[in-house]
Amino acid sequence: MTLSGHDLTIGYTDHVVGRHLDLALSGGEVLALLGPNGGGKTTLLKTLLGLLAPRAGEVKLGGRSLTGYSVRERARLVAYVPQSHVSTFAFTVEAVALMGRTAHGNIFSRPTAGDRAIALRMLERFGVAHLRERPYTMISGGERQLVLLARALAQEPQFVVLDEPTANLDFGNQGKVMREIRQLAASGHGVLFTTHDPNHAMRAADRVYLLRGGECIGEGPTSTILGRPQLEALYGGPVEEISDRSDGRTAFLPG
Amino acid sequence: MPRSAVPGLLIALAILIAGLLLALTVGRYPVSISELFDIVAAKLSGRAPDVPAAAVNVIWQIRGPRVLAAALVGASLAIAGTAFQGLFRNPLVSPELLGASSGAALGAVIGIYLALGVFAIQAFAFVGGLVAVSAVYLIGSAIRARDPILVLVLTGVVIGALLGAGVGLVKYIADPYNQLPAMTFWLLGSLAAINVADLIPLFGPVALGTLVLFALRWRMNVMSLPDEEARALGVSTGPLRIAIVAAATLVTSASVAAAGVIGWVGLVVPHIARTLVGPDFARLVPAAALLGGGFLLLIDTLARNMTAIEIPLGVLTALIGTPFFVWLLASMSKTWS
Repeated sequence: MTLSGHDLTIGYTDHVVGRHLDLALSGGEVLALLGPNGGGKTTLLKTLLGLLAPRAGEVKLGGRSLTGYSVRERARLVAYVPQSHVSTFAFTVEAVALMGRTAHGNIFSRPTAGDRAIALRMLERFGVAHLRERPYTMISGGERQLVLLARALAQEPQFVVLDEPTANLDFGNQGKVMREIRQLAASGHGVLFTTHDPNHAMRAADRVYLLRGGECIGEGPTSTILGRPQLEALYGGPVEEISDRSDGRTAFLPG
Repeated sequence: MPRSAVPGLLIALAILIAGLLLALTVGRYPVSISELFDIVAAKLSGRAPDVPAAAVNVIWQIRGPRVLAAALVGASLAIAGTAFQGLFRNPLVSPELLGASSGAALGAVIGIYLALGVFAIQAFAFVGGLVAVSAVYLIGSAIRARDPILVLVLTGVVIGALLGAGVGLVKYIADPYNQLPAMTFWLLGSLAAINVADLIPLFGPVALGTLVLFALRWRMNVMSLPDEEARALGVSTGPLRIAIVAAATLVTSASVAAAGVIGWVGLVVPHIARTLVGPDFARLVPAAALLGGGFLLLIDTLARNMTAIEIPLGVLTALIGTPFFVWLLASMSKTWS
Protein backbone atom coordinates (compact mmCIF):
# COMPACT_ATOMS: atom_id res chain seq x y z
CA MET A 1 0.00 0.00 0.00
CA THR A 2 1.19 3.53 -0.78
CA LEU A 3 0.34 6.96 0.63
CA SER A 4 1.11 9.57 -2.00
CA GLY A 5 0.59 13.18 -2.96
CA HIS A 6 0.29 14.18 -6.61
CA ASP A 7 1.02 17.72 -7.79
CA LEU A 8 -0.27 19.09 -4.49
CA THR A 9 -0.96 22.73 -3.87
CA ILE A 10 -1.22 23.05 -0.10
CA GLY A 11 -2.37 25.84 2.16
CA TYR A 12 -5.34 27.54 3.73
CA THR A 13 -8.22 29.51 2.30
CA ASP A 14 -6.40 32.81 2.62
CA HIS A 15 -2.94 31.77 1.46
CA VAL A 16 -1.13 29.06 -0.45
CA VAL A 17 1.83 27.51 1.38
CA GLY A 18 3.33 25.24 -1.29
CA ARG A 19 2.90 24.17 -4.92
CA HIS A 20 3.69 21.24 -7.19
CA LEU A 21 4.56 18.81 -4.44
CA ASP A 22 4.84 15.11 -5.30
CA LEU A 23 5.79 12.49 -2.77
CA ALA A 24 5.11 8.84 -2.02
CA LEU A 25 5.51 6.64 1.03
CA SER A 26 5.42 2.84 0.92
CA GLY A 27 5.07 0.29 3.70
CA GLY A 28 8.32 -0.64 5.48
CA GLU A 29 9.94 2.68 4.61
CA VAL A 30 10.83 5.78 6.61
CA LEU A 31 10.59 9.20 4.97
CA ALA A 32 11.87 12.30 6.76
CA LEU A 33 10.55 15.76 5.95
CA LEU A 34 13.20 18.42 6.47
CA GLY A 35 13.08 22.15 6.09
CA PRO A 36 13.24 25.52 7.81
CA ASN A 37 10.42 26.90 9.95
CA GLY A 38 7.53 28.15 7.87
CA GLY A 39 8.60 26.02 4.93
CA GLY A 40 5.34 24.10 4.86
CA LYS A 41 6.27 20.88 6.68
CA THR A 42 3.29 20.81 9.00
CA THR A 43 0.88 21.95 6.27
CA LEU A 44 2.07 19.13 4.00
CA LEU A 45 1.74 16.68 6.88
CA LYS A 46 -1.84 17.73 7.58
CA THR A 47 -2.70 17.52 3.89
CA LEU A 48 -1.36 13.97 3.65
CA LEU A 49 -3.31 13.04 6.79
CA GLY A 50 -6.51 14.32 5.21
CA LEU A 51 -6.93 16.91 7.98
CA LEU A 52 -6.51 19.73 5.49
CA ALA A 53 -7.90 19.51 1.95
CA PRO A 54 -5.34 20.15 -0.80
CA ARG A 55 -6.00 23.38 -2.73
CA ALA A 56 -5.18 21.44 -5.92
CA GLY A 57 -3.85 17.99 -6.73
CA GLU A 58 -4.73 14.77 -5.00
CA VAL A 59 -3.70 12.63 -2.04
CA LYS A 60 -4.00 8.92 -2.72
CA LEU A 61 -4.07 6.04 -0.28
CA GLY A 62 -3.76 2.54 -1.73
CA GLY A 63 -4.55 3.84 -5.21
CA ARG A 64 -7.81 5.48 -4.12
CA SER A 65 -8.35 9.17 -3.52
CA LEU A 66 -8.09 9.96 0.21
CA THR A 67 -11.32 11.96 0.01
CA GLY A 68 -13.11 8.69 -0.81
CA TYR A 69 -12.36 7.31 2.66
CA SER A 70 -14.54 8.03 5.66
CA VAL A 71 -12.84 9.58 8.70
CA ARG A 72 -13.07 6.21 10.42
CA GLU A 73 -11.68 4.15 7.52
CA ARG A 74 -8.81 6.59 7.21
CA ALA A 75 -7.96 6.37 10.91
CA ARG A 76 -7.62 2.59 10.60
CA LEU A 77 -4.96 3.04 7.92
CA VAL A 78 -3.12 6.24 8.83
CA ALA A 79 -2.25 7.25 12.39
CA TYR A 80 -1.05 10.66 13.50
CA VAL A 81 1.37 11.34 16.35
CA PRO A 82 1.09 15.05 17.20
CA GLN A 83 3.74 16.93 19.10
CA SER A 84 3.37 15.93 22.73
CA HIS A 85 1.25 18.42 24.58
CA VAL A 86 -0.40 18.69 27.94
CA SER A 87 -4.08 17.83 27.73
CA THR A 88 -6.76 19.76 29.60
CA PHE A 89 -8.02 16.78 31.53
CA ALA A 90 -5.87 14.38 33.53
CA PHE A 91 -6.81 11.20 31.69
CA THR A 92 -4.84 8.11 32.71
CA VAL A 93 -2.12 6.88 30.37
CA GLU A 94 -4.27 3.82 29.70
CA ALA A 95 -7.29 5.95 28.75
CA VAL A 96 -5.13 7.92 26.30
CA ALA A 97 -3.83 4.74 24.66
CA LEU A 98 -7.37 3.39 24.53
CA MET A 99 -8.43 6.43 22.47
CA GLY A 100 -6.42 4.85 19.66
CA ARG A 101 -9.15 2.21 19.43
CA THR A 102 -11.82 4.82 18.61
CA ALA A 103 -11.94 4.05 14.88
CA HIS A 104 -12.48 0.35 15.54
CA GLY A 105 -15.79 0.84 17.34
CA ASN A 106 -18.93 2.68 16.32
CA ILE A 107 -19.98 6.05 17.62
CA PHE A 108 -21.83 4.68 20.68
CA SER A 109 -19.66 1.68 21.49
CA ARG A 110 -17.63 1.26 24.62
CA PRO A 111 -14.09 -0.19 24.40
CA THR A 112 -14.09 -3.98 24.50
CA ALA A 113 -11.75 -6.26 26.45
CA GLY A 114 -9.93 -6.80 23.14
CA ASP A 115 -9.46 -3.04 22.72
CA ARG A 116 -8.02 -2.81 26.22
CA ALA A 117 -5.64 -5.70 25.54
CA ILE A 118 -4.36 -4.04 22.35
CA ALA A 119 -3.88 -0.67 24.07
CA LEU A 120 -1.99 -2.33 26.91
CA ARG A 121 0.18 -4.33 24.49
CA MET A 122 1.19 -1.12 22.70
CA LEU A 123 2.03 0.56 26.00
CA GLU A 124 4.21 -2.46 26.79
CA ARG A 125 5.86 -2.26 23.38
CA PHE A 126 7.06 1.25 24.14
CA GLY A 127 7.97 0.45 27.74
CA VAL A 128 5.40 2.70 29.39
CA ALA A 129 2.88 0.08 30.57
CA HIS A 130 3.96 0.61 34.18
CA LEU A 131 2.60 4.18 33.93
CA ARG A 132 -0.88 3.10 32.83
CA GLU A 133 -2.69 4.28 35.95
CA ARG A 134 -0.80 7.57 36.13
CA PRO A 135 -2.41 10.78 34.87
CA TYR A 136 -1.11 11.66 31.40
CA THR A 137 -0.51 15.21 32.65
CA MET A 138 1.89 14.02 35.34
CA ILE A 139 4.44 12.09 33.24
CA SER A 140 7.52 13.47 31.48
CA GLY A 141 7.57 14.83 27.92
CA GLY A 142 9.47 11.79 26.68
CA GLU A 143 6.99 9.43 28.30
CA ARG A 144 4.11 11.39 26.77
CA GLN A 145 5.63 11.00 23.30
CA LEU A 146 5.89 7.25 23.83
CA VAL A 147 2.27 7.09 25.04
CA LEU A 148 1.17 8.95 21.89
CA LEU A 149 3.15 6.42 19.81
CA ALA A 150 1.34 3.61 21.65
CA ARG A 151 -1.98 5.32 20.96
CA ALA A 152 -1.12 5.60 17.26
CA LEU A 153 -0.20 1.93 17.01
CA ALA A 154 -3.38 0.96 18.86
CA GLN A 155 -5.14 2.23 15.72
CA GLU A 156 -3.42 -0.71 13.95
CA PRO A 157 -2.53 1.53 11.02
CA GLN A 158 -0.44 0.87 7.91
CA PHE A 159 1.10 4.34 8.04
CA VAL A 160 2.32 6.43 10.96
CA VAL A 161 2.81 10.17 10.54
CA LEU A 162 4.76 11.99 13.26
CA ASP A 163 5.03 15.76 13.70
CA GLU A 164 8.46 16.58 15.14
CA PRO A 165 8.57 13.50 17.34
CA THR A 166 11.87 14.53 18.92
CA ALA A 167 10.98 18.13 19.76
CA ASN A 168 11.10 18.81 23.50
CA LEU A 169 12.78 15.48 24.23
CA ASP A 170 16.06 14.99 26.05
CA PHE A 171 19.00 13.38 24.26
CA GLY A 172 18.30 9.87 25.51
CA ASN A 173 14.63 9.97 24.58
CA GLN A 174 15.45 11.34 21.11
CA GLY A 175 17.49 8.21 20.50
CA LYS A 176 14.71 6.01 21.82
CA VAL A 177 12.14 7.58 19.51
CA MET A 178 14.50 7.21 16.52
CA ARG A 179 14.95 3.50 17.33
CA GLU A 180 11.20 3.05 17.65
CA ILE A 181 10.72 4.66 14.22
CA ARG A 182 13.13 2.12 12.72
CA GLN A 183 11.23 -0.65 14.53
CA LEU A 184 7.95 0.54 13.01
CA ALA A 185 9.39 0.30 9.51
CA ALA A 186 10.85 -3.13 10.32
CA SER A 187 7.35 -4.31 11.24
CA GLY A 188 6.05 -3.14 7.84
CA HIS A 189 4.67 0.33 8.64
CA GLY A 190 5.26 3.26 6.35
CA VAL A 191 6.58 6.10 8.53
CA LEU A 192 6.68 9.82 7.74
CA PHE A 193 8.15 12.29 10.21
CA THR A 194 9.20 15.92 10.28
CA THR A 195 12.32 17.03 12.07
CA HIS A 196 14.53 20.04 12.64
CA ASP A 197 17.63 17.91 12.98
CA PRO A 198 19.22 16.42 9.82
CA ASN A 199 21.05 13.95 12.06
CA HIS A 200 17.73 12.42 13.04
CA ALA A 201 16.97 11.90 9.36
CA MET A 202 20.44 10.35 8.94
CA ARG A 203 19.71 8.03 11.85
CA ALA A 204 16.22 6.88 11.02
CA ALA A 205 15.14 7.72 7.47
CA ASP A 206 15.51 5.73 4.25
CA ARG A 207 14.58 8.74 2.18
CA VAL A 208 14.40 12.47 2.77
CA TYR A 209 12.22 15.19 1.32
CA LEU A 210 13.58 18.74 1.51
CA LEU A 211 10.99 21.50 1.69
CA ARG A 212 11.91 25.17 1.51
CA GLY A 213 9.46 28.02 0.96
CA GLY A 214 6.78 25.55 -0.09
CA GLU A 215 8.94 23.99 -2.79
CA CYS A 216 10.62 20.61 -2.90
CA ILE A 217 14.34 21.28 -3.42
CA GLY A 218 15.52 17.69 -3.16
CA GLU A 219 14.23 14.21 -2.66
CA GLY A 220 15.79 10.76 -2.57
CA PRO A 221 17.79 8.26 -0.50
CA THR A 222 19.11 9.82 2.70
CA SER A 223 22.76 8.95 2.02
CA THR A 224 22.85 10.59 -1.42
CA ILE A 225 20.60 13.59 -0.74
CA LEU A 226 21.83 14.72 2.67
CA GLY A 227 25.11 16.54 2.23
CA ARG A 228 26.58 19.88 3.16
CA PRO A 229 25.59 21.76 -0.05
CA GLN A 230 21.99 20.55 0.08
CA LEU A 231 21.60 21.46 3.75
CA GLU A 232 23.19 24.87 3.23
CA ALA A 233 20.74 25.51 0.42
CA LEU A 234 17.84 24.20 2.53
CA TYR A 235 18.49 26.30 5.62
CA GLY A 236 20.23 29.24 3.93
CA GLY A 237 23.23 29.18 6.29
CA PRO A 238 26.58 27.51 6.73
CA VAL A 239 26.65 23.83 7.77
CA GLU A 240 29.62 21.80 8.94
CA GLU A 241 29.92 18.14 7.99
CA ILE A 242 31.74 15.72 10.27
CA SER A 243 32.72 12.26 9.03
CA ASP A 244 33.83 9.23 10.96
CA ARG A 245 36.87 7.89 9.04
CA SER A 246 36.45 4.33 10.26
CA ASP A 247 32.94 3.70 8.91
CA GLY A 248 32.27 6.75 6.73
CA ARG A 249 29.19 7.89 8.66
CA THR A 250 28.47 11.62 8.73
CA ALA A 251 26.87 14.09 11.06
CA PHE A 252 26.05 17.75 10.63
CA LEU A 253 26.55 20.80 12.80
CA PRO A 254 24.93 24.17 12.23
CA GLY A 255 27.16 27.21 11.74
CA MET B 1 -7.73 8.45 39.87
CA PRO B 2 -9.23 5.27 41.26
CA ARG B 3 -8.95 2.17 39.14
CA SER B 4 -12.61 1.40 39.70
CA ALA B 5 -15.36 3.94 39.25
CA VAL B 6 -17.67 1.99 41.58
CA PRO B 7 -16.76 3.69 44.91
CA GLY B 8 -17.12 7.16 43.39
CA LEU B 9 -20.41 6.33 41.73
CA LEU B 10 -21.72 4.81 44.98
CA ILE B 11 -20.85 8.00 46.87
CA ALA B 12 -22.66 10.05 44.21
CA LEU B 13 -25.68 7.73 44.42
CA ALA B 14 -25.66 7.97 48.23
CA ILE B 15 -25.70 11.79 48.01
CA LEU B 16 -28.66 11.64 45.60
CA ILE B 17 -30.60 9.26 47.89
CA ALA B 18 -29.80 11.40 50.95
CA GLY B 19 -30.98 14.45 49.01
CA LEU B 20 -34.23 12.72 48.01
CA LEU B 21 -35.03 11.58 51.55
CA LEU B 22 -34.16 14.96 53.06
CA ALA B 23 -36.13 16.92 50.48
CA LEU B 24 -39.21 14.70 50.88
CA THR B 25 -39.26 14.67 54.68
CA VAL B 26 -38.09 18.15 55.75
CA GLY B 27 -40.36 21.16 55.43
CA ARG B 28 -43.12 23.18 57.03
CA TYR B 29 -45.12 19.97 57.29
CA PRO B 30 -42.51 17.42 58.48
CA VAL B 31 -42.97 13.84 57.34
CA SER B 32 -40.94 11.15 59.09
CA ILE B 33 -38.96 8.60 57.11
CA SER B 34 -41.21 5.77 58.30
CA GLU B 35 -44.31 7.76 57.24
CA LEU B 36 -42.68 8.37 53.87
CA PHE B 37 -42.02 4.65 53.37
CA ASP B 38 -45.58 3.87 54.41
CA ILE B 39 -46.98 6.38 51.90
CA VAL B 40 -44.86 4.96 49.09
CA ALA B 41 -45.58 1.32 50.06
CA ALA B 42 -49.31 2.07 50.27
CA LYS B 43 -49.27 3.62 46.80
CA LEU B 44 -47.39 0.64 45.37
CA SER B 45 -49.68 -1.97 46.96
CA GLY B 46 -52.85 0.05 46.40
CA ARG B 47 -53.94 0.00 50.07
CA ALA B 48 -54.91 3.00 52.18
CA PRO B 49 -51.94 4.55 54.02
CA ASP B 50 -51.87 4.63 57.84
CA VAL B 51 -50.76 8.28 57.95
CA PRO B 52 -52.80 11.51 57.88
CA ALA B 53 -54.20 12.42 54.48
CA ALA B 54 -52.40 15.76 54.68
CA ALA B 55 -49.01 13.98 54.71
CA VAL B 56 -50.05 11.90 51.69
CA ASN B 57 -51.05 15.09 49.87
CA VAL B 58 -47.83 16.86 50.77
CA ILE B 59 -45.79 13.98 49.34
CA TRP B 60 -47.73 13.34 46.12
CA GLN B 61 -49.05 16.78 45.23
CA ILE B 62 -46.55 19.28 46.62
CA ARG B 63 -43.14 17.89 47.49
CA GLY B 64 -43.09 14.97 45.05
CA PRO B 65 -43.21 17.00 41.82
CA ARG B 66 -40.85 19.58 43.25
CA VAL B 67 -38.34 16.95 44.36
CA LEU B 68 -38.49 15.20 41.00
CA ALA B 69 -38.00 18.52 39.21
CA ALA B 70 -35.05 19.44 41.44
CA ALA B 71 -33.35 16.11 40.75
CA LEU B 72 -33.96 16.40 36.98
CA VAL B 73 -32.86 20.04 36.73
CA GLY B 74 -29.76 19.44 38.86
CA ALA B 75 -28.78 16.39 36.84
CA SER B 76 -29.41 18.23 33.55
CA LEU B 77 -27.31 21.26 34.43
CA ALA B 78 -24.49 19.04 35.69
CA ILE B 79 -24.47 16.84 32.57
CA ALA B 80 -24.63 19.88 30.29
CA GLY B 81 -21.75 21.48 32.19
CA THR B 82 -19.71 18.27 31.92
CA ALA B 83 -20.33 18.06 28.18
CA PHE B 84 -19.51 21.75 27.57
CA GLN B 85 -16.32 21.54 29.64
CA GLY B 86 -15.14 18.56 27.60
CA LEU B 87 -16.12 19.98 24.25
CA PHE B 88 -14.51 23.35 24.87
CA ARG B 89 -11.53 21.76 26.60
CA ASN B 90 -11.86 24.03 29.56
CA PRO B 91 -12.87 23.19 33.11
CA LEU B 92 -14.00 26.80 33.69
CA VAL B 93 -16.76 26.59 31.09
CA SER B 94 -20.35 26.18 32.18
CA PRO B 95 -23.75 26.44 30.47
CA GLU B 96 -24.19 30.02 31.70
CA LEU B 97 -20.70 31.12 30.64
CA LEU B 98 -21.31 30.03 27.05
CA GLY B 99 -24.64 31.79 26.86
CA ALA B 100 -26.90 28.72 26.97
CA SER B 101 -28.61 29.93 30.13
CA SER B 102 -28.84 33.60 29.22
CA GLY B 103 -30.01 32.75 25.70
CA ALA B 104 -32.64 30.43 27.12
CA ALA B 105 -33.57 33.13 29.63
CA LEU B 106 -34.14 35.71 26.90
CA GLY B 107 -36.17 33.20 24.87
CA ALA B 108 -38.32 32.30 27.85
CA VAL B 109 -38.83 35.93 28.92
CA ILE B 110 -40.02 36.76 25.41
CA GLY B 111 -42.33 33.73 25.65
CA ILE B 112 -43.77 35.03 28.93
CA TYR B 113 -44.14 38.52 27.43
CA LEU B 114 -46.09 37.10 24.50
CA ALA B 115 -48.24 35.17 27.02
CA LEU B 116 -47.47 31.85 25.32
CA GLY B 117 -48.09 28.36 26.69
CA VAL B 118 -45.57 26.19 28.51
CA PHE B 119 -44.46 24.26 25.42
CA ALA B 120 -43.99 27.40 23.34
CA ILE B 121 -41.99 29.06 26.14
CA GLN B 122 -39.80 25.97 26.24
CA ALA B 123 -39.30 26.04 22.47
CA PHE B 124 -38.35 29.74 22.71
CA ALA B 125 -35.92 28.91 25.53
CA PHE B 126 -34.34 26.14 23.48
CA VAL B 127 -33.89 28.25 20.35
CA GLY B 128 -32.55 31.12 22.45
CA GLY B 129 -30.02 28.85 24.14
CA LEU B 130 -28.90 27.24 20.88
CA VAL B 131 -28.50 30.57 19.06
CA ALA B 132 -26.52 32.02 21.96
CA VAL B 133 -24.12 29.06 22.24
CA SER B 134 -23.64 28.95 18.47
CA ALA B 135 -22.91 32.67 18.36
CA VAL B 136 -20.40 32.43 21.20
CA TYR B 137 -18.70 29.47 19.61
CA LEU B 138 -18.57 30.89 16.08
CA ILE B 139 -17.31 34.31 17.16
CA GLY B 140 -14.87 32.77 19.64
CA SER B 141 -13.35 30.46 17.05
CA ALA B 142 -13.30 33.08 14.27
CA ILE B 143 -10.98 35.27 16.34
CA ARG B 144 -7.51 33.80 16.04
CA ALA B 145 -5.66 34.41 19.25
CA ARG B 146 -2.86 32.93 21.27
CA ASP B 147 -5.26 31.89 23.99
CA PRO B 148 -8.45 30.68 22.25
CA ILE B 149 -10.02 29.58 25.52
CA LEU B 150 -9.74 33.07 26.98
CA VAL B 151 -11.30 34.47 23.80
CA LEU B 152 -14.15 31.98 24.11
CA VAL B 153 -14.82 32.87 27.73
CA LEU B 154 -14.68 36.61 27.00
CA THR B 155 -16.99 36.17 24.02
CA GLY B 156 -19.39 34.36 26.33
CA VAL B 157 -19.26 37.28 28.77
CA VAL B 158 -19.92 39.80 25.99
CA ILE B 159 -22.79 37.84 24.42
CA GLY B 160 -24.17 37.22 27.91
CA ALA B 161 -24.17 40.98 28.55
CA LEU B 162 -25.99 41.58 25.27
CA LEU B 163 -28.60 38.95 26.11
CA GLY B 164 -28.89 40.45 29.59
CA ALA B 165 -29.71 43.79 27.97
CA GLY B 166 -32.36 42.01 25.91
CA VAL B 167 -33.87 40.51 29.06
CA GLY B 168 -33.80 43.98 30.63
CA LEU B 169 -35.62 45.46 27.66
CA VAL B 170 -38.36 42.81 27.75
CA LYS B 171 -38.78 43.36 31.50
CA TYR B 172 -38.98 47.12 30.90
CA ILE B 173 -41.80 46.83 28.38
CA ALA B 174 -43.60 43.98 30.20
CA ASP B 175 -46.85 44.52 32.07
CA PRO B 176 -45.59 45.49 35.56
CA TYR B 177 -48.54 43.89 37.37
CA ASN B 178 -48.93 40.53 35.64
CA GLN B 179 -45.81 39.71 33.72
CA LEU B 180 -42.96 41.45 35.51
CA PRO B 181 -43.25 39.62 38.86
CA ALA B 182 -43.39 36.30 37.00
CA MET B 183 -40.27 37.19 35.04
CA THR B 184 -38.32 38.42 38.07
CA PHE B 185 -39.31 35.42 40.14
CA TRP B 186 -38.37 33.13 37.29
CA LEU B 187 -35.04 34.80 36.46
CA LEU B 188 -33.80 34.17 39.99
CA GLY B 189 -34.55 30.49 39.71
CA SER B 190 -37.17 28.68 41.73
CA LEU B 191 -38.90 25.35 41.92
CA ALA B 192 -41.69 26.64 44.17
CA ALA B 193 -44.25 26.89 41.36
CA ILE B 194 -43.60 23.41 39.93
CA ASN B 195 -46.66 21.19 39.69
CA VAL B 196 -47.36 17.79 38.15
CA ALA B 197 -48.28 19.31 34.77
CA ASP B 198 -44.88 21.07 34.52
CA LEU B 199 -43.04 17.77 34.82
CA ILE B 200 -43.96 16.51 31.36
CA PRO B 201 -42.37 19.33 29.28
CA LEU B 202 -39.36 19.10 31.59
CA PHE B 203 -39.00 15.33 31.50
CA GLY B 204 -39.26 14.82 27.72
CA PRO B 205 -36.40 17.06 26.55
CA VAL B 206 -34.25 16.17 29.55
CA ALA B 207 -34.67 12.45 28.88
CA LEU B 208 -33.87 12.89 25.18
CA GLY B 209 -30.82 15.11 25.70
CA THR B 210 -29.50 12.99 28.54
CA LEU B 211 -29.89 9.82 26.47
CA VAL B 212 -27.85 11.36 23.65
CA LEU B 213 -25.11 12.57 26.00
CA PHE B 214 -25.01 9.20 27.77
CA ALA B 215 -24.73 7.34 24.48
CA LEU B 216 -21.91 9.62 23.31
CA ARG B 217 -19.97 9.67 26.58
CA TRP B 218 -17.26 7.30 25.28
CA ARG B 219 -16.61 9.65 22.37
CA MET B 220 -16.43 12.70 24.64
CA ASN B 221 -12.93 11.67 25.73
CA VAL B 222 -11.68 11.98 22.17
CA MET B 223 -13.77 15.12 21.61
CA SER B 224 -11.86 16.81 24.44
CA LEU B 225 -8.65 16.57 22.36
CA PRO B 226 -7.61 19.20 19.82
CA ASP B 227 -9.85 18.96 16.75
CA GLU B 228 -7.25 17.64 14.31
CA GLU B 229 -6.11 14.97 16.73
CA ALA B 230 -9.68 13.80 17.26
CA ARG B 231 -10.25 13.57 13.49
CA ALA B 232 -7.00 11.65 13.02
CA LEU B 233 -8.30 9.18 15.61
CA GLY B 234 -11.35 8.56 13.45
CA VAL B 235 -14.03 10.89 14.82
CA SER B 236 -16.12 13.11 12.55
CA THR B 237 -15.82 16.02 14.94
CA GLY B 238 -18.15 18.42 13.11
CA PRO B 239 -21.42 16.43 13.31
CA LEU B 240 -20.55 15.03 16.74
CA ARG B 241 -19.88 18.49 18.15
CA ILE B 242 -23.23 19.71 16.85
CA ALA B 243 -24.98 16.68 18.39
CA ILE B 244 -23.36 17.26 21.79
CA VAL B 245 -23.99 21.02 21.80
CA ALA B 246 -27.62 20.48 20.75
CA ALA B 247 -28.20 17.83 23.43
CA ALA B 248 -26.52 19.87 26.18
CA THR B 249 -28.40 23.00 25.12
CA LEU B 250 -31.68 21.05 25.03
CA VAL B 251 -31.37 19.87 28.64
CA THR B 252 -30.18 23.32 29.79
CA SER B 253 -33.04 25.09 28.05
CA ALA B 254 -35.65 22.66 29.38
CA SER B 255 -34.27 23.21 32.87
CA VAL B 256 -34.27 27.00 32.48
CA ALA B 257 -37.81 26.93 31.09
CA ALA B 258 -39.04 24.89 34.08
CA ALA B 259 -37.04 26.30 36.98
CA GLY B 260 -35.60 29.59 35.75
CA VAL B 261 -31.96 30.55 35.76
CA ILE B 262 -30.01 28.51 38.32
CA GLY B 263 -26.34 29.29 37.89
CA TRP B 264 -23.19 27.52 39.03
CA VAL B 265 -24.53 23.95 39.20
CA GLY B 266 -23.08 23.22 35.74
CA LEU B 267 -19.69 24.50 36.83
CA VAL B 268 -19.33 23.21 40.38
CA VAL B 269 -20.82 19.72 40.09
CA PRO B 270 -18.61 18.42 37.23
CA HIS B 271 -15.56 19.34 39.33
CA ILE B 272 -16.78 17.47 42.38
CA ALA B 273 -17.65 14.52 40.14
CA ARG B 274 -14.15 14.63 38.63
CA THR B 275 -12.55 14.38 42.05
CA LEU B 276 -14.76 11.34 42.75
CA VAL B 277 -14.31 9.30 39.56
CA GLY B 278 -11.58 11.03 37.52
CA PRO B 279 -11.82 12.78 34.14
CA ASP B 280 -12.89 9.80 32.00
CA PHE B 281 -16.24 10.91 30.57
CA ALA B 282 -17.56 7.36 30.48
CA ARG B 283 -17.85 7.46 34.27
CA LEU B 284 -17.89 11.23 34.73
CA VAL B 285 -21.24 11.74 32.96
CA PRO B 286 -23.21 9.33 35.19
CA ALA B 287 -21.41 10.58 38.32
CA ALA B 288 -22.20 14.20 37.45
CA ALA B 289 -25.85 13.33 36.81
CA LEU B 290 -26.25 11.65 40.23
CA LEU B 291 -24.34 14.38 42.06
CA GLY B 292 -26.14 17.21 40.26
CA GLY B 293 -29.50 15.80 41.28
CA GLY B 294 -28.38 15.40 44.89
CA PHE B 295 -26.75 18.85 44.96
CA LEU B 296 -29.82 20.73 43.76
CA LEU B 297 -32.09 18.73 46.10
CA LEU B 298 -29.96 19.84 49.05
CA ILE B 299 -29.91 23.45 47.82
CA ASP B 300 -33.67 23.46 47.23
CA THR B 301 -34.33 22.00 50.69
CA LEU B 302 -32.19 24.78 52.15
CA ALA B 303 -34.03 27.38 50.06
CA ARG B 304 -37.38 26.17 51.42
CA ASN B 305 -36.39 25.91 55.06
CA MET B 306 -33.67 28.41 55.90
CA THR B 307 -35.96 31.39 56.44
CA ALA B 308 -39.67 32.14 56.70
CA ILE B 309 -39.81 33.13 53.02
CA GLU B 310 -38.19 31.09 50.28
CA ILE B 311 -34.77 32.14 49.07
CA PRO B 312 -34.39 32.07 45.26
CA LEU B 313 -32.24 29.14 44.15
CA GLY B 314 -30.01 31.28 41.93
CA VAL B 315 -29.07 33.35 44.98
CA LEU B 316 -28.07 30.29 47.01
CA THR B 317 -26.08 28.62 44.23
CA ALA B 318 -24.26 31.91 43.61
CA LEU B 319 -23.33 32.10 47.30
CA ILE B 320 -21.72 28.66 46.99
CA GLY B 321 -20.48 29.00 43.42
CA THR B 322 -18.62 32.31 43.62
CA PRO B 323 -16.06 31.28 46.26
CA PHE B 324 -15.73 27.92 44.50
CA PHE B 325 -14.92 29.64 41.19
CA VAL B 326 -12.34 31.88 42.85
CA TRP B 327 -10.71 28.86 44.44
CA LEU B 328 -10.73 27.05 41.09
CA LEU B 329 -9.15 30.04 39.34
CA ALA B 330 -6.44 30.24 42.00
CA SER B 331 -5.63 26.54 41.86
CA MET B 332 -5.67 26.49 38.04
CA SER B 333 -3.48 29.55 37.60
CA LYS B 334 -0.63 27.53 39.11
CA THR B 335 -0.67 25.21 36.09
CA TRP B 336 -1.01 28.02 33.54
CA SER B 337 2.30 28.90 31.99
